[in-house]
Amino acid sequence: MKKNPNKALWLSFIPGLGQYYNGQKLKAGIFLGAFAIFVVEMIFFGWSALTGLITLGTVPMRDHSMFLMVKGTLQLLILVIFILFYVLNIRDAKKTALELNAGHRVPISFNEMRESLGTNGFPYLLTMPAYLLMIFTIILPVLVTLFMAFTNYDFDHIPPAQLIDWSGLLNFKNMFFLSTYRATFGAVFSWTLIWTFCATTLQIVLGIFTAVVAHQDFIKFKRIFGIIFLLPWAVPAFVTIMSFSNIFNDSAGAINVQVIPFLNHIFFTHIPQISWMTDPFWTKVALIMIQGWLGFPYIYVLVTGILQSISDDLYEAATIDGATAIQKFNNITLPAIFSVAAPTFVTQYTFNFNNFSIIYLFNNGGPGDVGGGAGNSDILISWIYKLTTNTTPQYGLASAVTIIISVIVIGVSLIVFKKTNAFKMEG
Amino acid sequence: MAKQVHTKGESSIKRSRFFKHFFTYLFLIFLSLIIIYPLLITILTAFKNSDVVAFTLSFQGPWTLKNFHELFATTLYGKWYWNTLVISVATMVILVAVVTLAGYTYSRYSFAGRKWSLTFFLVVQMVPTMAALTAFYVLGMLLNGLDHYWFLTLIYIGGGIPMNTWLMKGYFDTVPYDFDESAKLDGAGNFTIFWKIVMPLVKPMIAVQALWAFMGPFGDFMLARYLLREESNLTVAVGLQEFISDPKDQQVALFAAGAILIALPICALFFYLQKYFVTGLTAGGSKG
Repeated sequence: MKKNPNKALWLSFIPGLGQYYNGQKLKAGIFLGAFAIFVVEMIFFGWSALTGLITLGTVPMRDHSMFLMVKGTLQLLILVIFILFYVLNIRDAKKTALELNAGHRVPISFNEMRESLGTNGFPYLLTMPAYLLMIFTIILPVLVTLFMAFTNYDFDHIPPAQLIDWSGLLNFKNMFFLSTYRATFGAVFSWTLIWTFCATTLQIVLGIFTAVVAHQDFIKFKRIFGIIFLLPWAVPAFVTIMSFSNIFNDSAGAINVQVIPFLNHIFFTHIPQISWMTDPFWTKVALIMIQGWLGFPYIYVLVTGILQSISDDLYEAATIDGATAIQKFNNITLPAIFSVAAPTFVTQYTFNFNNFSIIYLFNNGGPGDVGGGAGNSDILISWIYKLTTNTTPQYGLASAVTIIISVIVIGVSLIVFKKTNAFKMEG
Repeated sequence: MAKQVHTKGESSIKRSRFFKHFFTYLFLIFLSLIIIYPLLITILTAFKNSDVVAFTLSFQGPWTLKNFHELFATTLYGKWYWNTLVISVATMVILVAVVTLAGYTYSRYSFAGRKWSLTFFLVVQMVPTMAALTAFYVLGMLLNGLDHYWFLTLIYIGGGIPMNTWLMKGYFDTVPYDFDESAKLDGAGNFTIFWKIVMPLVKPMIAVQALWAFMGPFGDFMLARYLLREESNLTVAVGLQEFISDPKDQQVALFAAGAILIALPICALFFYLQKYFVTGLTAGGSKG
């Protein structure tokens, strides 16, 4: 019997009916069941969860605004998943009808369905755990953060004693127009950019330079140097950062007590002791140097691998043509490095943009204070941390800053990935 | 090179080669010293008397193992270490399993929504998950997960999935598809192909992923500091910082001893697996 694809399509606006029309009774039952579960869920939980998300509670102590927000967001996700299912169900009904008309067999019994699921559904089954985990640990928290940025959640509004309300763009407005926050945001943001640029560029330049120098054929003990250069990567960063914060200690640290006197001794200079921990400028200098120390081995390893893959013929041909060492470096070595490592370099920039550990562990974002709870060496991410952990937390504002960070990082990454075509979709 | 010998004088060639060698070695040795210096300070300080104040390089004794003893006898260091191990192992096992399955799927199957969801992974990977701190806190309150390891572990796992799935997929791609085909002709099922044919070939990448997943909780400071409250529940990174966080009473010797006990095993694992992830790095990179 010929099926009418459009009839199947229209029938499946109630999930299952279209499948029933196609003769897939079991599938129809499952789809109808899923639909029924969703309807019941909506009536008993979903509807109130969604209205809760809109009102964020009406009675203090009884309604916990944040819990309502999380539940509402969760319901929103369920809704999206249902809509996805709904659309697929409609498409499935039409497709099956067309296949039946073309004379194909479609799975009807339980065993047939299981078989079909075993081959067609296998990929979905294998990726399911990844998706479930990501939904709960990334998507949901990120959405909640996104929503929080548009509320007045702060130390004056701590649920359940007080209710939280939607406040529109107030947090963003405050950040850009309220003088105190604008000053803080400006100071922190500009240092974040300087930090990201200087620290990352230093580690990339140092990594490339070291790789090129250490790659020369005549060097003996290559292996030993290779191991030493890997050490900063092998030792957990937080251990070395804390060690460095001791080493740069103003009064008892090795730099002031040992290194500077030593340099003065051999070069006959008179460098005074430097206030690494109390002078903002020197804290920043120290931070950039330490990140160079910590980050260059990764680049060094990557670039060494690339150098090994460049054919010697290229260099020989260039030498015959009379190219200088610098010309060879600029025209052969650098392009080869960048064609492979450019995406990695970008991820290094975005990593440092959010490099919380070094800022927090070295000098706790200090010294001093640039208003809004931020210290002189605080970058955006460590400022967020302080905004949410100090005695007068500003959760809403912190979320707004988070969103600005995310937009910047994602934007930059997307542009660069697109440009360098780093992640090809095929393959 | 041979051509230049004739155009330049013999001695000037020798001299320029000498300078080249001299400055190369000078740079390499100088860089090595800068790397070793701070590490050596930490190592030596660990064996000094616990009343040592200056954090400097000094080979003067007396040497003692007292710090290590004190670490386990008078502080919660042992407990912190155990906590971190539990979290790290759990994160490693689950993350590697999930990521291997997902990476394999994306490498081997074409299915509806594949391209779309791969892009999704890529974008999600760029979101700084760490920035969703407050949301994690609220979620933790709601689910009673604050101060509990399962909650922290779950966040570590979730955060690692997108990027590592990409890496894993890239590595699976390097295994020729012919292997699967011929196995299929021999009558092997989906599972057999995955477990018996492809898996053994990607062991190096799995080792690397395992190392990274294991090191993650050891290296994370922010989330652990934020989500764990009770002193005895801390991870070793957060605990270690307590030794030096009070500027007036820094116990640098105790800190140094604790630091060594963390760094040594991780360093050993790192160098043991080094050759794998060096190739993994370039193999993944050259796909671009």
